[in-house]
Amino acid sequence: MEPFRTHTGIGVPLRRSNVDTDQIIPAVYLKRVTRTGFQDGLFSAWRAQEDFILNQEPYSRGSVLVAGPDFGTGSSREHAVWALMDYGFRVVISSRFADIFRGNSAKQGLLAAQVAQPDVELLWKLLENEPGTEVTVDLEEKTVQARDLTVPFQIDDYTRWRLLEGLDDIGLTLRHADAIAAFEASRPKRLPTTI
Amino acid sequence: MGRTLAEKVWDQHLVRKGEGEEPDLLYIDLHLVHEVTSPQAFDGLRLAGRKVRRPDLTVATEDHNVPTVDTNLPIADPVSRTQVETLRKNCAEFGVPLYPMNHAEQGIVHVVGPQLGLTQPGLTVVCGDSHTSTHGAFGAMAFGIGTSEVEHVLATQTLPLKRFKTMAINVNSKDGKLRPGVTSKDVILAIIAQIGTGGGQGYVLEYRGNVIENLSMEARMTICNMSIEAGARAGMIAPDDTTFEYLKGRDRAPKGADWDEAVAAWRELRTDDDAVFDAEVTIDADALTPFVTWGTNPGQGLPLSERVPDPSRIADENERIAAEKALAYMGLEPGTPLRDIRVDTVFVGSCTNGRIEDLRAAADVIKGRKVADGVRMLVVPGSMRVRAQAEAEGLDEVFKAAGAEWRSAGCSMCLGMNPDQLAPGERSASTSNRNFEGRQGKGGRTHLVSPLVAAATAVRGTLSSPEDLN
Repeated sequence: MEPFRTHTGIGVPLRRSNVDTDQIIPAVYLKRVTRTGFQDGLFSAWRAQEDFILNQEPYSRGSVLVAGPDFGTGSSREHAVWALMDYGFRVVISSRFADIFRGNSAKQGLLAAQVAQPDVELLWKLLENEPGTEVTVDLEEKTVQARDLTVPFQIDDYTRWRLLEGLDDIGLTLRHADAIAAFEASRPKRLPTTI
Repeated sequence: MGRTLAEKVWDQHLVRKGEGEEPDLLYIDLHLVHEVTSPQAFDGLRLAGRKVRRPDLTVATEDHNVPTVDTNLPIADPVSRTQVETLRKNCAEFGVPLYPMNHAEQGIVHVVGPQLGLTQPGLTVVCGDSHTSTHGAFGAMAFGIGTSEVEHVLATQTLPLKRFKTMAINVNSKDGKLRPGVTSKDVILAIIAQIGTGGGQGYVLEYRGNVIENLSMEARMTICNMSIEAGARAGMIAPDDTTFEYLKGRDRAPKGADWDEAVAAWRELRTDDDAVFDAEVTIDADALTPFVTWGTNPGQGLPLSERVPDPSRIADENERIAAEKALAYMGLEPGTPLRDIRVDTVFVGSCTNGRIEDLRAAADVIKGRKVADGVRMLVVPGSMRVRAQAEAEGLDEVFKAAGAEWRSAGCSMCLGMNPDQLAPGERSASTSNRNFEGRQGKGGRTHLVSPLVAAATAVRGTLSSPEDLN
């Protein structure tokens, strides 16, 4: 995973709450067995509507999505994160993220930045009034900055550290291989097996 | 201070306690795999030269993307076929047992685990599917994970996790029963409407109270299944004699002396009297009536006796906008009685309501009646074993005589990944778990209902409960 420190890109205001993962990428796009190429499925139903924000210049070139509360609810599909990243998004801002989506984002290096709803409203107004405004997200400082507006965001320290260092989770866990083996040896024999 | 059920199961699986901000490392007892969220995980293992650490704690089935008709023929859609074949290749290469299409044990992953007796109290269960919360009905800690985590579990049989908060959902009634015509589906829809789609975020929900204690395992699974629809990581119910009775004699359940040892351990899996939850919610089950959704998230639900809400009367701006968008998508006018809403399709099935008890309930309502003109009814058993059981009881004949379609096992129209989909603008009453825009097919409109309401709706053609048929 590439380390993430700061990112600057065009902000996209998405005035919707409860953007579920079926909206981010519908199930019919999940049939592929690859990890890339999901950008055409991103928000596919909404992108079919001419007035959708990503069909408008310069928002179509955006890389920082600013959404309403409860972003990424529903299905556990990591394809939602892949689709956002394949399209070009590097940061999603919301006042509340679904747990699985937040976890999936962290694995892939998509920054899920939790910003208080009043600050999200300020960002929305700014990005709507001045299309093409660039937003800078600084993971070390935990700030979102657009023109004169700077607001803080929340992320747990462990995820922040992993993103800053670009660390692979499996590699980190395997440092504890001895503890895993010891635990495994202590499991009761009656526990079920599948074979 | 005492501990909650969730905390006990967590502590029993602690491989290593995280230091400071570091997450804990938890051991995973059972990993369920299916074709949609696993191919990239197996690819990752291959790239890194890793093996599946414990194929004997892993089991795969084909469910999301399989057809439910003509299952003896090759899958018509070449992309779907490739995905299913990829799972078969991966399972063969990595030694993971698989129940493929047409196998007697094939079915929806969350129906298969419990019916084999693999899902047991006190286990940690994961799957690349958010409805893994289903297994919490047995007092297991079960939750959905993404594909990167699937790869992590395949490689290490562990997951790094931040400790979850705990929330008690107390469901009580005077006599511990639900009113006639009210099911556990109505209970969970009412809970989600009350706490909201984000109300459970970061929490493990523990469902408690005299109503929960009196529910069957199937009904408990329906409730735990939809915990994720309240945003929760997992839902759990303390194991009791109902749980043990369900498990006893199942293929993978402990036998002989192991059984006695297991039951003794399972009886310890309850929240201590002096334990404190991080949050508590109370549901008055005496007030519950059949519940349906009117909008495009599972929290947008109301009793069937109500009317489509008027967004202009919603104070919160975001909720008002969400309700306006939902009604526009659903093609509904504020003030319309929910009972007047006409449907095109009725779907009975899914990991929420595709078990034998659900099929019995729906069959009981529709027996001797007919599906209304212009309505299509699909009955899709949750597993091939459920299908066989239903056929042994003659339920398939009841459905077919009413004019419903009787299908093979799979996720089917719940998520519209296989050919079982709504056409744009079509409306369904569905026993599944999500009414998101386009969930059951592009432009499709979904009302979530119980199996009883589904069957009554099929007969009348409008959203109905069984009492409307008298």
